[in-house]
Amino acid sequence: MPLGLRSRFVRFGALVVLLASLGAFAPGFAGAQSAPADSVPALAPPRGLVYADVPGDAGLAVELSWTLSPDDSVGTGLVTGYFLERSTAPGGPWTVVDSVVARTASYTDQSIRRDTPYFYRVGVFGPRGSVLAGAAAGPAIGRSSWFHSSRASVLAFLLLFFLLVLYYMYMAQLGRKPFVRRLAGIDAIEEAIGRATEMGRPVLYVPGVQDIDEIQTVAGLVILESVARMTARYDTPLRVPVAYPIPFTIAQEMVRSGHAHAGRPDAYDPDCVQFVSPEQFAYVAAITGIMMREKPAAHIFMGSFYGESLMLAETGFANGAIQVAGTANVHQLPFFVVACDYTLIGEEIFAASAYLSGEARLVGGLKGADMLKLVIVAVVLIGCALETFGIHGLTTWMQTQ
Amino acid sequence: MNLRALEKLDPRWIFLVVGLLVLIPLLWPVGLPLKPSTPVIQFHDALEAVPDGSTILMSCDYDPASTPELGPMTRTALRQLWEKRCKVVVTVLWNGGSVVVDQTIEEVADEFRARGVKLVDGVDYVNLGYKSGNEAVMVLMGQGIASAFPVDQHGRVTATLPIMRNVSGYSGFPLLVNISAGYPGTKEWVQQVNSRFHLPMVSGCTAVSAPEFFPYLQSGQLRGLLGGMAGAAEYELLRKEKGSATRGMDAQSLAHVFIALCIVLGNVVHRARPAGGQA
Amino acid sequence: MKREIPLFLTALIGAIVVAGFFVPHQWVSVPADFLQRCAVIVVAFGYALGGANVIRVNLEGIARRQTDWPYKLVLLAGMLATLVFGLFVDRAAFQDPGTVSVWIYDNIYVPMNSTMFALLAFFIASAAFRAFRVRSTEAALLAASALIVMLGRVPLGDFVMAGLFDHEGLPDFVRHWRLEPVQQWIMDFPQNAAKRAILIGAAMGVMATGLRVILGIERSYLGGSD
Repeated sequence: MPLGLRSRFVRFGALVVLLASLGAFAPGFAGAQSAPADSVPALAPPRGLVYADVPGDAGLAVELSWTLSPDDSVGTGLVTGYFLERSTAPGGPWTVVDSVVARTASYTDQSIRRDTPYFYRVGVFGPRGSVLAGAAAGPAIGRSSWFHSSRASVLAFLLLFFLLVLYYMYMAQLGRKPFVRRLAGIDAIEEAIGRATEMGRPVLYVPGVQDIDEIQTVAGLVILESVARMTARYDTPLRVPVAYPIPFTIAQEMVRSGHAHAGRPDAYDPDCVQFVSPEQFAYVAAITGIMMREKPAAHIFMGSFYGESLMLAETGFANGAIQVAGTANVHQLPFFVVACDYTLIGEEIFAASAYLSGEARLVGGLKGADMLKLVIVAVVLIGCALETFGIHGLTTWMQTQ
Repeated sequence: MNLRALEKLDPRWIFLVVGLLVLIPLLWPVGLPLKPSTPVIQFHDALEAVPDGSTILMSCDYDPASTPELGPMTRTALRQLWEKRCKVVVTVLWNGGSVVVDQTIEEVADEFRARGVKLVDGVDYVNLGYKSGNEAVMVLMGQGIASAFPVDQHGRVTATLPIMRNVSGYSGFPLLVNISAGYPGTKEWVQQVNSRFHLPMVSGCTAVSAPEFFPYLQSGQLRGLLGGMAGAAEYELLRKEKGSATRGMDAQSLAHVFIALCIVLGNVVHRARPAGGQA
Repeated sequence: MKREIPLFLTALIGAIVVAGFFVPHQWVSVPADFLQRCAVIVVAFGYALGGANVIRVNLEGIARRQTDWPYKLVLLAGMLATLVFGLFVDRAAFQDPGTVSVWIYDNIYVPMNSTMFALLAFFIASAAFRAFRVRSTEAALLAASALIVMLGRVPLGDFVMAGLFDHEGLPDFVRHWRLEPVQQWIMDFPQNAAKRAILIGAAMGVMATGLRVILGIERSYLGGSD
């Protein structure tokens, strides 16, 4: 990988500079060969242009490589770079595709049309002028692939994961529900709601500061349903400020669903879910405002959090509330761990809905995920051993693009 | 000193000390010595290695909240690139950031103009402004920068700008410089662009998110990393600049030491309480 | 049908987008790209719903004279003024210097945003004082690492170390002992290892949650009871 990247780096890096410098050799770019009139020996052309369809794409790229000009050696300064020309017919007309710096012997043309034959020729240019290689190569045709082969390892793990999850879900439905240890953070959610009920004060639920395309927001909203179920059962007011419009509508549905499941659909107040602002610190200001004005007895933060995590948790602490937090944003975990009473770490937030609902299929899914984790640990250990002995097959297979 | 009295200390006293520790060195800098760390040197060298005159993609993914931390490194990176006569295409994926980024670019451009260097908006640099869609925009840019950003920050048609003549997708850029305050930012650029399009990249990010990006630096997906104001100050040192990050480092140093003292003092107070007390 | 159609659409769209990652062929990649672009449009419409909610909830708060209702008035006035100036006065040039929108941005949005973020420094100090307790060996290790990283990240740390240890007569390894390489080691190895483990676990959770939604096992977002 690093080598491949480096070569691309050099190639692309030189490209733009060359486009500017090409102006000086523009005559050579019409396709004809040119050399200064004072009969300095012409450059030796590059040879052996070969082409190949780029595998695993939508048929929109062709890979080209050639043998460098014999004049292209370090320090001579004879070769400035190479240029590539393209045509849809072997005889032309030719158009310049791009150029690359000296010592570069490959290029990927990403500006082609699918299933269209192209002919290429490569030339060299430098202070002495430009020279084209004799023969054109082609037809190069970009074909659409049905499978991205470099992603085979991801597919294998994904399928294995899905199979494990579905298997354990099925087993759980048959009555073989796996044992699940309790998580202090999840028990604390119930305790916090109980305390808010005793004190006659609301529960504040914050589903993170990101939109619905962040899966932590989805997890936060799923937990909200269980929380709403409990608050509906105890008749405790719930406040849910939301940062983005789509999670806002889903949060309303979640709270409504929680009330329905608790047998209290009449107690649902649509205004308990409130859209605030996607602007991070406006959202924080609104939440801390709710904390200071309404004095909720329990603060539950579940979702994706960034710089605001400590502001929320410290203001909440000053308010004297029980605080339970959960996030998979690793760099915010320390703030929550320090400032909150309980914290769900990483994957626990995704497991929380299964713990809270106790539904067999969801709990079964947890075991499936745990089994895959064992597989991953084994693969990591095997990979380390193989690499130590200089066997790179597994590592290469795991590399994706 | 009565340690038990400290236990009930009003946090506003701590706020006051932090405020003074930050304010005083900003007004009267001490000039504590700095030493560039390896990730910072790598960042500097990666920019130095791009060919003079090439076009660089710079995505400034932050908003005014992070500007004091990320603005200085943006300015230094722009200076380094323009001194190499590179052209810079700037994008912003944070909705509140495009104006503040535009102001930063113009500020640095004016510095160069004052020195007699001709920098023309649309020719030597362009701010394509904000586009919503996060990762989707990054992928879309791979199909064409101008199709992802049809108009620039000031409403000009992107495709007609001279700077865009040599740039279609990512392949026209030798390097991506990402200045990132969070999401979307460095993590997404690595996953969506560096991995898929193999565009080499460096990152400057907030101090709090820097630990998250060390794995990318180790794996070579990032060619350099500036972590927060400390990274920016070290970068300024490498560039022999006396910028706002260097000035801010005195304040940050003192604040760090004070926070360390708070941890120690908090524990001393906690230990001093009579047995049986609750935390 | 009210529930089946959304569940079917979720499953279908989820499957197409997942397939788009593995199948580059245009028959799959083009619809997958199209669906991802549609999401942007759906979100834009979502803002209308959100905006309506903000106006309704705050107007009700003002009408009922809720606690601190004047702030709600400020919020609504600010929102409407920004919208009106942006849409009707500055229009397409709303980001250009000299417009009212840029004035609002420079003089209201920027200072307020920066101020809110700056509060973090104060909260970190107060949290460090009240909550960072060393109650066990693990906590002691954590605290020691925190101190080394915090001091090693800033120049003052090594300045102090040099002052303390860099004296004639002391052994070389003591004289040259600095926090910066130690903090870099902590960041590179123990920190990275722990974080990768958490990230792998979290990624598993992400996949499991995605699978539950796509398969319709997780359906509470549709509202109501089953």
